[in-house]
Amino acid sequence: MNNSVTNTARLLGAGLRALLVLTLVTGVIYPLVVTGIAQAAFHDKANGSETKSQGKVVGSSLIGQQGYSLDYFQGRPANGLGSNSVNTRYKLILSGATNLAADNKVLIRQVQAARAAVVKDNSVPGYPVTPSQVPADAVTSSGSGLDPDISPAYAQLQVRRVAERNHLPVTSVERLVKDHTTGRTLGFVGEPRVNVLELNIALKDLTRGS
Amino acid sequence: MGPVTAAVLQLAALIGALALCYIPFGTYMARVYTSDRHWRIEKWIYKGIGADPDTEMRWPAYLRGVLAFSLIGVLFLYLLQRLQGVLPGSLGFDSVDPAQSFNTAVSFVTNTNWQSYYGEQTMGHVVQTAGLAVQNFVSAAVGIAVAVALVRGFARSRTGEIGNFWADLVRGTVRILVPFATVAAVVLVACGAIQNFSGIHEVGQFMGGSQQWNGGAVASQEAIKELGTNGGGYFNANSAHPFENPTPFTNLFEIFLILLIPFALTRTFGVMVGSVKQGYAILATMFTIWLSFVALMMWTEFAHHGAALQAAGGAYEGKEVRFGIGGSSIFAVSTTLTSTGAVDSFHSSFTGLGGGITMLSMMLGEIAPGGTGSGLYGILVMAVIAVFIAGLMVGRTPEYLGKKIGAREIKLSAIYILITPALALVFTAASMALPTPPHSMLNPGAHGFSEVLYAFTSAANNNGSAFAGLNANTDWYNTMTGLAMLFGRFLPMVFVLALAGSLAEQKPVPATAGTLRTEKPLFTGLLVGAILIITGLTYFPALALGPLAEGLAS
Repeated sequence: MNNSVTNTARLLGAGLRALLVLTLVTGVIYPLVVTGIAQAAFHDKANGSETKSQGKVVGSSLIGQQGYSLDYFQGRPANGLGSNSVNTRYKLILSGATNLAADNKVLIRQVQAARAAVVKDNSVPGYPVTPSQVPADAVTSSGSGLDPDISPAYAQLQVRRVAERNHLPVTSVERLVKDHTTGRTLGFVGEPRVNVLELNIALKDLTRGS
Repeated sequence: MGPVTAAVLQLAALIGALALCYIPFGTYMARVYTSDRHWRIEKWIYKGIGADPDTEMRWPAYLRGVLAFSLIGVLFLYLLQRLQGVLPGSLGFDSVDPAQSFNTAVSFVTNTNWQSYYGEQTMGHVVQTAGLAVQNFVSAAVGIAVAVALVRGFARSRTGEIGNFWADLVRGTVRILVPFATVAAVVLVACGAIQNFSGIHEVGQFMGGSQQWNGGAVASQEAIKELGTNGGGYFNANSAHPFENPTPFTNLFEIFLILLIPFALTRTFGVMVGSVKQGYAILATMFTIWLSFVALMMWTEFAHHGAALQAAGGAYEGKEVRFGIGGSSIFAVSTTLTSTGAVDSFHSSFTGLGGGITMLSMMLGEIAPGGTGSGLYGILVMAVIAVFIAGLMVGRTPEYLGKKIGAREIKLSAIYILITPALALVFTAASMALPTPPHSMLNPGAHGFSEVLYAFTSAANNNGSAFAGLNANTDWYNTMTGLAMLFGRFLPMVFVLALAGSLAEQKPVPATAGTLRTEKPLFTGLLVGAILIITGLTYFPALALGPLAEGLAS
């Protein structure tokens, strides 16, 4: 009995020492080495790809934002975004999806409402938008709620509204969208996309310049 | 080019990359576990542990090492979370409450990485890097160690000795996981994943006002999270979060990392048992199931059945534009057919059948290709069962790799394959029968049941992904998924190591004309069939109530 207690204690001691040594290797040295390389070689990216507009930081090119006025291009809905409920001294953005099922009535209503809004917002005199023109990404929430991109189809759908509200020629807004459309990586990885923040920064520069 | 063609090309590129790495990486891993030389850093580590890496262990000693190390891991991680409030470098976050700390500690030690917490509002730098990420490494190394011990059981004869646990643990960490994770982490940062230790800071917004972000050692954690098939995200949105998975390329790269070790371990197995063809037969089984499931997933997601998805005109709910339907489908199948559980899109909003595929993937026992190590030992146990079934058909004593599969081996294997289904189904049934647990469901109807079934399937199989609408941060789910993870990880290991010991003691039987050739396509077919039939029969009633009911109604 005494012997087995000693053996167990010795074994647990070995386990504890193994964990501490491996914590030093994988939990201290490894992240510090990676951070060192990252900060030296990819400083901007390692710190969140911050983007400036007219000299001021206006966010990260990787993180989608909500609340653009209709003068600007709109991002995707983000009904899954949450707000911090544990450490309420911070206003951290809580990433997340809606997790609503494909047959959930709440989701059906969200999609229908979003579609109606897209049709209404983007119909300009002489150029009505029909519901069937609205692409899927315009009416669904992304996985993170922070999707920085929209499909080129959704950007194209917004061109006339944006042109009219900013008193710009349609062709120059179209060119802006085209310049900010990223194709598939190597031609086949991922989907074509338009970064909404970068597009809006360029739009702002264009309106200020004219 | 349409999205379907692009998806198929992505799949082809992924398969090509995995194929290129298969032989060199699998052979390298075999050398890691058979070499009798120690690296200098490893000698220092052994000195720190106070263990002699050259002492061979019989299976009970090996198992004691696994259990002692894991128990210490759970206690340490539990205490770290409980003390977070007073630890420096914690972003000012409070200590995690007891039930959630227990759940999270068990979750990361068992390679599950089920998360009932929101990463960005709960865990500070110290717990993330020195607690959670450490278990990402060592739980993966423990998994590979147990698999290698089983392989030694097949490879050795007339000895009960199956290796030294401390040596296997340290070598897996130092020679495989740390170097490859370092390279992968740098690649991720180069593409935009963040890697810093800054605090919570305000960043301006385009329309005015500001948003608050927290920094973190995200890329370093992301790399090992995928390579070690762990899956616990730094942020709540996991690999859908742009700071974890910024581009279409990183998405494909992360899928590659998830699949790299589990597939290549079949080569390691082949080399160690002295017949790489045996490894190819196991690889072919894994690959057949994985590829068929990816194809099925792409079909159902591109078809986007389901009223809300039809109304939207595409299955984009819970998916990111940059990954698209194709990238999200490959990721979803790869993460659930391994024990990863990282997600780049949210399975709860997939089509009914798509959600069913993610569940069935886990229910197969995560063996195609499975978790790091756990995939290989899981499928080898299924191979023993398949050989036994074939033996019954022709009335011969079954053999596998020159070892007789006798009553003892069959008992150990049969108990092994009963454990996870029993855990998943009993805990699900209990949750449905009790008055309060169903209140955690977000969605009504069949999908609500699927959320609970998914949770316990994920926990018992050590996956960690979720139909995340379920509110799992309750005492019931924190405790019960915690127990399912513990039993689902360590009970099977007991039987695997016992099987390894039993096989290692045998003397080899020479192959005769009547021996089933386990390196041939016929055996691969038999093994695929056995896996699908045994799992299908076990889970079919539960699947019919959940995802099948939802999928067929739409």
